[in-house]
Amino acid sequence: MTTTSTPQPGDANSGVTDAENSIELKEVEGLSQGQIVRRRFFRHRGAVVSMVVLAIIVVLAFSAVGFDFAVFDLAIKTAGWWQWTWTSIPTPQNGGAPTLSLIPEFLGGDGIRFGDHPFGQDEIGRDTFAVVMRGTQQSIVIMIVVGLIATAIGTVIGAIAGYYRGWVDSVLMRFTDIIITIPLIVIGAVLGLAFGRLGAFVLAIIIGLFTWTGLARLVRAEVLSLREREFVDAARVAGASDRRIIFKHILPNAVGVIIVNTTLLMAAAILLETGLSFLGYGVQAPDTSLGVIISQNQAAFATRPWLFWWPGVFIIAIALCINFIGDGLRDAFDPRQKRLPNARKLAKMRTETLNRASTVVPSRGAGMQAGGTAVGGAGRGFFADAPDESDRGSGSTGGDADGGPSRNS
Amino acid sequence: MATFVVRRLIASIFVLLAATFLMYNLVAFSGDPLEDLRTSNAPNKEQLIESRTRLLNLDVAPPLRYFIWFFGVLRLDFGISVQGRDVNAMLEQAIGSTLQLVTIATVLAIILGLIVGITTALRQYSGYDYTVTFISFLFFSLPIFWVAVLLKQYIAIGFNDFLQDDPQLPVWLIALLSAASGLLWASIIPGALKRKITTFVIAVGATVSILVIMNLVDWFTVPGLTIIGVSIAAIGAAVGFTLLITGLQNRRALRAALVTAGIGLAVYFPFQYYVSFFITEWWMLILLGLATVGVSLLVGRLMGGHDRGPIMRITAFTGVVTALAILLDRFMIVWDDYASSGRIRGRPIATIGSSTPGLEGSLWVDGVDIYTHLLLPTIALILISFATYTRYSRASLLEVMNQDYIRTARAKGLNERTVVVRHAFRNALIPIATIVAFDVGGIVGGAVITETVFGWTGMGQLFINGLNQVDPNPVMAFFVVVGGLAILFNLIADLAYAALDPRIRVS
Repeated sequence: MTTTSTPQPGDANSGVTDAENSIELKEVEGLSQGQIVRRRFFRHRGAVVSMVVLAIIVVLAFSAVGFDFAVFDLAIKTAGWWQWTWTSIPTPQNGGAPTLSLIPEFLGGDGIRFGDHPFGQDEIGRDTFAVVMRGTQQSIVIMIVVGLIATAIGTVIGAIAGYYRGWVDSVLMRFTDIIITIPLIVIGAVLGLAFGRLGAFVLAIIIGLFTWTGLARLVRAEVLSLREREFVDAARVAGASDRRIIFKHILPNAVGVIIVNTTLLMAAAILLETGLSFLGYGVQAPDTSLGVIISQNQAAFATRPWLFWWPGVFIIAIALCINFIGDGLRDAFDPRQKRLPNARKLAKMRTETLNRASTVVPSRGAGMQAGGTAVGGAGRGFFADAPDESDRGSGSTGGDADGGPSRNS
Repeated sequence: MATFVVRRLIASIFVLLAATFLMYNLVAFSGDPLEDLRTSNAPNKEQLIESRTRLLNLDVAPPLRYFIWFFGVLRLDFGISVQGRDVNAMLEQAIGSTLQLVTIATVLAIILGLIVGITTALRQYSGYDYTVTFISFLFFSLPIFWVAVLLKQYIAIGFNDFLQDDPQLPVWLIALLSAASGLLWASIIPGALKRKITTFVIAVGATVSILVIMNLVDWFTVPGLTIIGVSIAAIGAAVGFTLLITGLQNRRALRAALVTAGIGLAVYFPFQYYVSFFITEWWMLILLGLATVGVSLLVGRLMGGHDRGPIMRITAFTGVVTALAILLDRFMIVWDDYASSGRIRGRPIATIGSSTPGLEGSLWVDGVDIYTHLLLPTIALILISFATYTRYSRASLLEVMNQDYIRTARAKGLNERTVVVRHAFRNALIPIATIVAFDVGGIVGGAVITETVFGWTGMGQLFINGLNQVDPNPVMAFFVVVGGLAILFNLIADLAYAALDPRIRVS
């Protein structure tokens, strides 16, 4: 232990030494909560890369073959820049082999070119790139809709249950238990069978209506602890209504839990959707999705592997990106998950804090003396082994900047 | 405590009742159970429709039909399916098949996940940690049906092709595997650069020599551990467990472990070439397994002196590992017979189904047959669930390692092994134990997609087939078993947490 780690109120449970703490504190000095979170998030390299990749995938998928969504009677349709649409059937060329080539000529390849069918064609000639882009669109739409609906329901139910407690809590949580008892794939299959042919949008709404349970439980737990805090009492005394307290005071403080779990839920939703479509309970045949493409083509793996590789790669890319973004957000929002500074930085900080400590110690010792006479009496710290350390520290004020004692914390 | 359990159970029963009602109606309203008959051209169509309607009470509206089903279930009768088969019998067969599929995968995933999670937590923010983190996120994002097709293509078909004529590992593969093992060990074992380089060289050397020896003795045609492999496993287990649990300076423990390993090696030849021919039923193997544990514990107790507990644990683990090595070797002895038998024709790794139809053989041949069929689905399931366990155990151990009592343990001069194994690891296991309990409850629910892809007729198929035929009875049988177990194990998880962590009280 360093001299600076004499117990102070507040850091008893932190589990990190002061040297680490002060690095942490110095970095966030004078920043708002949002800035701290943003800064921590952008330090997570995996999350930033994932965000860029995901953005590229989204733009590519929605611009290439254009929108085509029908929600009940409202149809949205736009044209894309790609030469084929996912329904057009050009004549198969070259056995449908992909024309994409990424090896430049000087390495012995065919040069970088995309060709007419970069991802190849299927047996009747449909362009795999267009079909995969369409499937990616569907999966992304489902992911976002599921995320929005499940988050909204889960947050509201969790917040109400946690805030009101008592019988409201019991009823809502038993209701959550009922939904949670049914495995997701089971309820997805049963409902997908009934609603799958109504299109991806309706399927997404149905999935969203049943995937909020985990989030509701987490939000409830968070609200249960937040509602006991002083700022809630203060708001209540100031005359705020329950609705205002929940939505303006409590939920903004639970936003970390909500956002992190929403991303994980979205990653799970995309895998659920593709799994359901694979089993035949998701998006139905004339329309397509990544799961449907794989399901239709799994027998053709030996002859046309590209029909199988590309949709799989896109599923994995999307799910992986979302998972990494979720991980980055968790790191950013969770103050307990402290990133340890690397050894060199820590050593530097330690000598610095030791220097500072050596000037501070005398005054702190005096403070102890004033406050803690009943315990020790002497002008020393709480620890029996602390005195000679602090004595040495105060004796060599400003002395050994570089040669400070290096000890394990 | 008792009131807590009773109250939870009563609440759970009502939850399950409500869920079954919801589920029954969802399935019943999802389609028309008579569709195949209505579109058929059978001359006695009307009669068939009428008989099925009467058999399944289709003239009663689903919400009311639920109660007919419900009172049947109270008499433990799950009714009959659309084809008129007894659902109880279907359920029994499905549970057995699913347990066979999922148990091994779950156990392996837990063990592997724990080991990897703990090593990554101990080497936090190292290259190894980042690699494992990336890989577990990747596995977590894999759609299982996609992985299944890849496994079938590359593991099954590729490996079977490899076995076709004179299987020899190519040089590039040996180089790749050796480099991977060198990097793995060098990143796990701590130390300065020099020690890391030594570790790397030793690991590469060991891997290369093992692989080259495997090539030389034609291992892929006639696999086996022989007494040499079994000895390495047994002595390695003895030393390894002693190192982990008490440290090598405890000579008494090391001696007890080595004696256990020695007993195992002493029964190697008698077992392999005499006793094993008399083992014709699986329960005999289970009895032998129990006997192994008993003997090992006895050795630990007799040789343990005053500190018996940890030494008995060491001898038990050593005994089990030695026995497993001998068992593995015994199965390998029949591998060649199996692979070249008429039904297999040299392509042993199966891509579909749960057993080779019409294969007649001893228990050992059956065992190999189960192995070849389990291999692919087990790998697929492990890939998916491995990630969760790794992440959980890593997070859990990291949380514990930051606690004050770990600092205290270090401060009073305990060595790193004692701090990690005795103080940190045990406490880190508490939250993992509850997750495991919860997962075990989900085992029977099985893996609907995995079963579909690999053609297993387990619980998943029971559910899918029932759903496709708008047949609520099999679906509900599946659901009652799965939901009931989920609720039961949820309760067990809570109780286990309270039992393991004295800070938590159930009331």
